[in-house]
Amino acid sequence: MNDRFNARKLIVLAGIWVLLLLVPYWMPPLGGYTALGTRVLVLGLAAMSVNFLLGFTGVLSFGHAAYFGLGAYGAGLSLKFLAPSSSLALLLGMLLGGLAGALLGTLIVRRRGVYFAMVTIAFGQVFYYIAFQWSSLTGGDDGLRGFSRQPLDFGLFSIDILSNTDNFYYFVLFCFAIMAAVMGFILRSPFGRTMLAIRENERRARFLGIPVERHIWIAFTLSCFFMGFAGALYALLNNFADPKGLHFTQSGDFVMMAVMGGMRSFWGPLLGAAVFVVLQDYLSSVTVNWMSFVGILFVAVVLFFPRGLLGVIRQKSEA
Amino acid sequence: MNLLEVRNISKTFGKLVAVSDVSLAVKPGELRAIIGPNGAGKTTFFNMISGFLRPTGGSVVFDEKDVTALPAHERVTIGMARTFQITEIFPELTVRENLRIPVEVAAGYRLSPWLSKDTDGEIRASVAHLLQMSGLTEKADRLVGELSHGDQRATEIMMALALKPRLLLLDEPTAGMGDQETYDITQLIRRLHKDQNLTIVLIEHDMRVVFHLADRIMVLAEGKMLAEGTPKEIAANEAVQAAYLGKAAA
Repeated sequence: MNDRFNARKLIVLAGIWVLLLLVPYWMPPLGGYTALGTRVLVLGLAAMSVNFLLGFTGVLSFGHAAYFGLGAYGAGLSLKFLAPSSSLALLLGMLLGGLAGALLGTLIVRRRGVYFAMVTIAFGQVFYYIAFQWSSLTGGDDGLRGFSRQPLDFGLFSIDILSNTDNFYYFVLFCFAIMAAVMGFILRSPFGRTMLAIRENERRARFLGIPVERHIWIAFTLSCFFMGFAGALYALLNNFADPKGLHFTQSGDFVMMAVMGGMRSFWGPLLGAAVFVVLQDYLSSVTVNWMSFVGILFVAVVLFFPRGLLGVIRQKSEA
Repeated sequence: MNLLEVRNISKTFGKLVAVSDVSLAVKPGELRAIIGPNGAGKTTFFNMISGFLRPTGGSVVFDEKDVTALPAHERVTIGMARTFQITEIFPELTVRENLRIPVEVAAGYRLSPWLSKDTDGEIRASVAHLLQMSGLTEKADRLVGELSHGDQRATEIMMALALKPRLLLLDEPTAGMGDQETYDITQLIRRLHKDQNLTIVLIEHDMRVVFHLADRIMVLAEGKMLAEGTPKEIAANEAVQAAYLGKAAA
């Protein structure tokens, strides 16, 4: 039974990757466009980072957009002021988000439940207002402009990811694959199992000799690094960094994607992001109140499928 | 030499005195039962030993080391493991995963990003051994939350045991169990005590279990120690009988 289960898992995994690899071929004929796929990957990675905490450690951060936004500003500022290199921008964006998370995490992990969520919102908003007010550096309300992603330079040849959207999609997919692999690797490790232990029963975890606060801090910091990276990709995608990307409503969107897709599953948040992005793209061209429809869908999913969309698909296929 | 020494420990919650000036000494290999009527302070006393609560007075000494100020998770590291009155397990993980986590933590791998093939094999073997000892092998890949109360209890005890403790603290191990389950758990505790010479302190309401297992018994009533001695002495003690019959202990 175990082997069959693993075989099925492998098939599903292969299916997901084939689907992702072929996006530039099947998306346009279905009425979409490749950049939409890129957006799904970037926001999906962000939602997976939130879920790294929410679904696998059991703590809800409502301020993760802060680290997403810091990643975006880090990448933008790096391209604008430091060097015309996309990879350096990604690295610095990730470091900015991750280090900010590591620092604030020391204060945040002392709280639990509602208080944890409140403190994460509060710290998140601090960054929002900094980006909003410090116009000379960040462009304030207008956002950070005046940079664009640079070709990938490998010495002998370079790849154009600026004007060729397919190339950029594959570049983002490559980055996404690495991050997803690292995430999956951590979750399968002994450390990853202590995260599950904390999610399942904090008291039991503590009385197994796990220093719970320290482990939550590590998980929090790791998720902020992933978040910073996703944010940096987002800045490259838009050639723009927006203070709204730091706002707690953006955090709420990420949580929504994770919960809608299924927070107990690794790929759920990616599905959630896909639904969110596609609905946004389609509905926002029909009505300005597109968010109401996403909201109704969200409520319906939470009420009727608490395990998320992927949870339903799984149950159906197991029955 | 005593493995565990509790010296004149007290705990007050505001004006309520939950435990007052209680001492206890447990020798290596001993099985000590703590009994007493409801509200006697047994669980509070227990929580101070395991580090769940900080005492307002007195000290806890484990293996000649004062652990009164040590956080709970560090007491686990030096060899104290416990179970709870209401079973504390990882309900949405399988029995195997429930046991694997303490095995890995006790072996010092809680922060490891990966394990070598050899280490992984050793850990699997330890888990398999624990499963076999508890008779849970056939249910190893089921979620613990789906199992019977008795099996959940057994899992929790094995999780504590996976830590290779020198002192096992069990808070009402047979609470809420039927006759058969009570018998099974009692046999399991007896095996751990007799075969592995494990030092155990347990709180228990079921007198059949207490008199079957304990080397010595301590009786608490209204936060104070009422009596202490072998099962025979306790059975003959008039103050204890009075406390259990609800009369004034005087």
